[in-house]
Parts: sequence; structure tokens; C-alpha cells
Amino acid sequence: MKDKTGLVVALVLFACLIVVPPLLPTFYTGLVTLILIFAIFAMSLDILQGYTGLASLGHAAFLGTAAYVVAILNVKVFKGPHFTVELIAGILSAAFVAAIFGLFVLRSRQTYFLMILLASSMMLWGIAFKWRSLTGGDDGLPGIARPNLSAIHLNLANTTHFYYFVLLFFLIAIILMYLVVRSSFGHTLMGIRESETRMQALGYNIWLQKYLAFIVSSVFAGLAGVLLVYYNGFVSPSELHLVLSAEALIMVILGGSGTLFGPAIGAAIITLIKNFVSGYTEHWMIILGAIYIATVVLAPQGVYRLIKQLMRK
Amino acid sequence: MTFFITQAINGIVFGMLLFLLAAGMTLILGTMRIVNLAHGSFYLLGGYIGYSVAQYTQSFTLACLAAVAIAVLGIITYKTLFEKKFARETVAQVLITFGMLLIISDVCRWIWGGNPLAIPKPELLSGTLHLGDIVFPVYRLAVIVIGVLILAFLWWFQEKTKYGAIVRAGVDDEEMTQGIGINISLVKTLIFSLGALLAGFAGVIGGPFVGLSVGLDIEILLLAMVVVIIGGMGSLKGALVGALLIGLVDSFGKSLLPEISLFTIFAAMVIVLAIRPGGLFGVK
Amino acid sequence: MEALVVENVSMDFGGLRALNALSFSVSVGERLAIIGPNGAGKTTLFQILSGMLTPTTGRIFAFGKEITKLPPHQRAALGLGRTFQITNLFFNLTVLDNLLLGLEATGHTRFNPVRPVSTYGRLLKQAEEILRQWGMWERRDVPVRSLSYGEQRQLEIVLTLSQKRSILLLDEPTCGLSPEEAKSFTAMISGFSRDFTVLLIDHDMDVTFEIAEKVMVLHYGQLLVHGLPGEVKSNPRVQEIYMGAEE
Repeated sequence: MKDKTGLVVALVLFACLIVVPPLLPTFYTGLVTLILIFAIFAMSLDILQGYTGLASLGHAAFLGTAAYVVAILNVKVFKGPHFTVELIAGILSAAFVAAIFGLFVLRSRQTYFLMILLASSMMLWGIAFKWRSLTGGDDGLPGIARPNLSAIHLNLANTTHFYYFVLLFFLIAIILMYLVVRSSFGHTLMGIRESETRMQALGYNIWLQKYLAFIVSSVFAGLAGVLLVYYNGFVSPSELHLVLSAEALIMVILGGSGTLFGPAIGAAIITLIKNFVSGYTEHWMIILGAIYIATVVLAPQGVYRLIKQLMRK
Repeated sequence: MTFFITQAINGIVFGMLLFLLAAGMTLILGTMRIVNLAHGSFYLLGGYIGYSVAQYTQSFTLACLAAVAIAVLGIITYKTLFEKKFARETVAQVLITFGMLLIISDVCRWIWGGNPLAIPKPELLSGTLHLGDIVFPVYRLAVIVIGVLILAFLWWFQEKTKYGAIVRAGVDDEEMTQGIGINISLVKTLIFSLGALLAGFAGVIGGPFVGLSVGLDIEILLLAMVVVIIGGMGSLKGALVGALLIGLVDSFGKSLLPEISLFTIFAAMVIVLAIRPGGLFGVK
Repeated sequence: MEALVVENVSMDFGGLRALNALSFSVSVGERLAIIGPNGAGKTTLFQILSGMLTPTTGRIFAFGKEITKLPPHQRAALGLGRTFQITNLFFNLTVLDNLLLGLEATGHTRFNPVRPVSTYGRLLKQAEEILRQWGMWERRDVPVRSLSYGEQRQLEIVLTLSQKRSILLLDEPTCGLSPEEAKSFTAMISGFSRDFTVLLIDHDMDVTFEIAEKVMVLHYGQLLVHGLPGEVKSNPRVQEIYMGAEE
């Protein structure tokens, strides 16, 4: 019976998402597009942080790498959009970074793991920042064209068309991630989160499982990166920065770590707050910082669990 | 040859600055396992406060006392958040201190503006030294001396005092230490505030040559972290070796291969981790 | 071939020698009880046998294969199973999920990232059978952290036994169980086929001497006596130690 409520809610939300473009002004359609992209990003981190128990402040490494690869292909190699190649290359590059990082990051305990991953991720930022000839340095790479889908009568320059384009990927991503966390593989990740020693005693190769979780998580983060760079038409080192990684983490915690859907809600809340607060004051960073602290102190279990608790009453 | 020596000394100077940050960070991590992402913010805020004090009083010495303000900030942070409530929760610590980073960064920009600032060197140390062909600012050499003095103090603290014994043992067990007559809670507070003090102080003495600018908090946090990773969590010796190493790599890297200077630091970190996953002198 | 051979194993923690030059072997199908006062090194020995700790010196063999440096999960694959003295379960997961993780470990399902666990009919049936056998089926959806201590201890045993590993290291399995539960546990272990080798640490002397065919006494990390239950019981040194250490 509980499952049915979940399904109903999901269908209702889906219906709402479908009618966003006709009902809301273009500006808001664009905003919801951004929310969907960050929702994918946050959910991908949840697989790592909420389900496997690996707290990461380096998630932007995956998103940013994918974003840069797409940008470089788009602007420098193809000099125009080439969707399939860009999408695959973007996601693969994110997975590649995960495969490399995973080799030396996963041998360490929690605090060390966090620091090494943070540092490694920022190193990528440093490379993007300094390597002007390839990445445009801190000016970034502008002029990234959205994919040409005129063959199926879609003009992605149009906000509405682009919205549905992103919505499709959002649905694919959320369904796949949902399957992952409900699968046996996802199950073992939760076991690792709860007790690594027990998992080892039961016969699980926990290093390997964590490594795979790392890569799976990076694939979806990479997808978010590809979509984000099409959305912005532009990439800059901020896509690789600690600030973005921290945002992903707060989205996960605020939404509800380990709930998968919670982080999507967290993404919505943070994106909306950032957007509206920055419209009112140039000191929105103070507000954001306060939200980070308030979330941890007041609502560490996250919004999703709070809602579920309220629904039980 | 001149080039080599100049860069080497620059590297050592910067390394000393990093040591002040990394030492605090590594001690805090080693004894309390607390990750403080606002450590770089302590540096920056200390520097900015020192700048204002120097502007107002024309005294560099008084500017150094800005570090005390940061120490107080450190004590408040520790007492309210990390002593009991989030003592062991890494994710909470990380998000709270990152929130602090955002707030402090914005407040600094609000008060001191977005343009880079520099603290004027004290008159006494503003000359230059001539060693053969090499011309070197006395101030930077003074920084090395100060660094060594602080290193000596920290070494004495860790090796010769009973408080240091706790640090060395990496112990934070209340019951165990109460039996030996040490107030572990006091020691932890002391260590956290010492870390903050050192960070703030580094910000002030770094003021004249590193300067104070937006984004420096994260830059310096990152470098300090890499030093701690390389040196090993909890190891003072590691912090020194790591700091000098990174200082030199940074100095030579920036002048020889500016496009990938951060990458060389990254490479250094990965190489060390490949050989010693716990850092060069990792306590465990 | 012996099930387990321990050769000159010592364990140092800094300056402390927790185990000193331990050598013994366990035959296939044997029931060995390891007793000794607190701190004698019994759990440390289990940690070493299961791979959580690497001995400072010495070697260990399981079914003729050297396992001294083998990681825990590979020892499990060779047939080593253990329970933990301090309950080590997946506290935020349900009873059923805990058991499923034990059952999934032996197959290849754990690498399947798309098929929902709820569709593995055979696994679920297996889990149901086991839980019903232990009277825990009604509690299957309860998160472990909400179980009573006794129920948790029971699950601790169930989880390990469900994997049917051939060498069982049982660390204080009856701790937290009621007298009747301890009795049925004892009967069950005694009733196991000779395919299973059992090493038991238990403070309950009735349980210990009921199950044990051989007894090994550890004292300050040293192997004091290793022999038949009767021999050990009547050994004067053993009596000396237990007169002092008996609670």
C-alpha cells in the first residue's frame, strides 16, 4: 500500500513536470531545466554518499570533466554540435576520471578519503584554470552549440524544446538510478555503508564494490555535466570547483541522504534559493552558508524523510 | 644558479607559511579527526584583520595580534559545534565549515572589497640582503626564522610536555586520559584554538608577499590539505616535510611550467600516496 | 588434511604482545572450544583467523592452503564464516535485508545493477525458510536497530549460519540469548554434520563443554592447555585461573 502512494506521487509529479513549459513563463521553464540537471547530479552523489557511505567533496570532477570534453569537442574539434559523440565522450570521460581516482582514493579511511578526493578534484580545476590553450583558462569556453535535432523536428535553441530534451534524460537517469539502488548491487552498497567488516566477513570484495559504485555514480554525474554545458552554452572552471561539489553535497543532505529522491528535492530547493536570493542581495553567499549550517544542525535527516514522517500522521 | 637559489628560497618561505597552516590542520585531524574547511578562511580573515589593524595603528606587531581574534573564533567554533555534537560526524563538519567558508568569504569581500590587498612590511624588516649576486628581501628571510621558531615551539610542545604526549599517542579517549591526570577536553580546545591561531597568524605574516585576495582562502586551504595528505595525518614532521616539498614544487613549478603548476603538485601527491597510502609519516 | 593449522602465530600491538607463538591445528568436523579469562587473546585470535588482523609472525592454513595474508573476503570464499562478539549487523536495514546480504554473497547477483532484489524468487524463498525456522519471519521488515538485544544476537548467528561456510568461528554466540534459546543453539551446533568445523568462544561453560570435543585454554596470549574437555577441566593450572577469574 505504501508503494502505491509512492507511485501516485511520482505520476503526479511527472504530470506537473510535463506541463511546466505551457503553464509557466519561459524564465521558469529554464529554471526548472536547471533544477532537473542538478537533480541528476545530486542523485548521482547520493549513490556514493547516501547508499555506499562515501562522503565526497569531489563530485564536480565528474561533471566538470564531462562538461569540458563536450565543450572542447563542440568548439574546437567539430566546430559545431555532434551529439552522439559528445554525449558518449562526455560520460566516458567522467567514468575515466572515476576509474583513475578510484585507484588511489578508495584505500583510505573516511577523513583521508574525503581530503584526497577534494584535493584531486581541485587539481582538475587547477588544470582547467591554467591550461588556457586547451580550456580557455578562467575565461572558459563560450559558444557551445546545442545538439542539432532538426531531423526529429526539435530546435534545442528553443527553451521549451530543450526542456523536454532534458526532461527525457532526467527520466532515463532517475529510472536507471532507481533500478541501481533497488538491485542486488545497490543492496551490497548499503551493506558496505552499514558495516564494512561484516560485508568482508560475508565474503564481499568491498574495495571492488566501492570502486564500481564510484564509476556508476560518475556516469550519471557526467550526464549532468553534458546537459549543463548545453544549457549554459559555455563552460568555465567553476564546473570543476569545490564550491560545486559542496553544493551537490548539501543538496543530498538537505534532501535526504540515502533516499535517492530526496536529493532531487534538495537540488530544487538549493537552485531556487540561489536564484531568488541572488536577485535580492549580492550577499547571497552568506545566506547560502547559513543554510549549509542550518541544514546540518536543524534537519540532518533531510526534507524527504520529514515529509514521509508528516505523511504518516 | 641565481635563479635556482632565488626560487629555492621563495619555495622555503612559502613552505614555512604552509607549515603554519598544515601543522594546525594535522594536529587537529590527528587528535580529533575534525575536518575544518574553514582553515583557509581563518588564514584570510586573520590577514584582513591584521591589514586593518596595521592601517589603523601603523604597527605590524599589533597587526599580528589579529591572530588572537582568529583563535577566539576557533574556540567558539569548537565549543559550540565540534566538542560534543558533531565530534565524529565528518559530513556535518565538512558542511558546517564550508558554510563558514562561504560566510567569511563574503564578509571579507563586503568589508575589504574585491581588490587584492597587501599588508605593508614592518620598517625594520623592509630592507634587502645581498648574498653575492642574489638580492633577497629581509622580510622573507624573517618569515623563515619565525617559521623555525614556531616549529621549535610545536616540537617542544609535542615531545616534551604531557599534553604533547596525548597528541603523539593520537589518543582522544576521555576515560583513559583522566586517569593520567590530564584534562583531555582542555587539550583538545587548546589544540583547535592553536590551529586557528597559527592560521590567522600565517595570514598576517603572509600579508606582505602573498597578499590578500578573493579566493585565497580556498587556494591556501587546498595547498595545506595536500601538505597534510603528503605528510601524513597527525604528523608534525610530515607537515614540515610536506610543506617544504610543496613550497618548492610550487615555486619551481610556477616559474618553469606555469601552465601545469598545480598538476605538478597533484603528481607529487599521487606519487607519495602510491608509495605510502598513509602519507610519508602517517601516524595511522 | 586439517581444516585449520595455526603455526607459531604471534600478535603485537605496539609494545603489547597479545598472542605469543600460538600453534595448533583443528581437524575437519572437529568442535574446538577456546576458553580463557578476558583479555587472554581469544577474539584477537578470531580476528587473525578471519583476516581482520595480520599476525606479526606466524602462518595460518585453511584446508591446506596458506591464508596468512589473504583478505577477509577471500577467506570467506574458502569457507571461513564468523560471528562477532560485539553485534555486527546492518543496523539500518531490515532483518530480511540483512539475511539477503548473507545469501547474495555467494552468487553473482551482487554485481547486477539493474534487476531489483525483490525479483530474486529463489533467494527470497531461501530467506523465508531460514527466518521461519528461527521464528523471525514476522520480524522480517523490522530494522535491526529496533530489535531487542537478544533478537539481534540471534540474527547475528542466523546470518553467519545461512551462508553454510565449512569453518565456523563463533564468538560468544549465546551472549544475549535466553536459557532455552542457548539450549536449542547448543543442540543445533551439536547436530551439525561433520562437514562443518566449529571453533567456539563462549563464557557459558555449560554450552562450551556440551559442544566441545577439544578445548584450548588461552592465558595472556599463551596457549596453556589443548586437549580433551575432561583433561582440561581437571588440569590444576586451569582450575587455578578459573578460580580467580570466575564471575
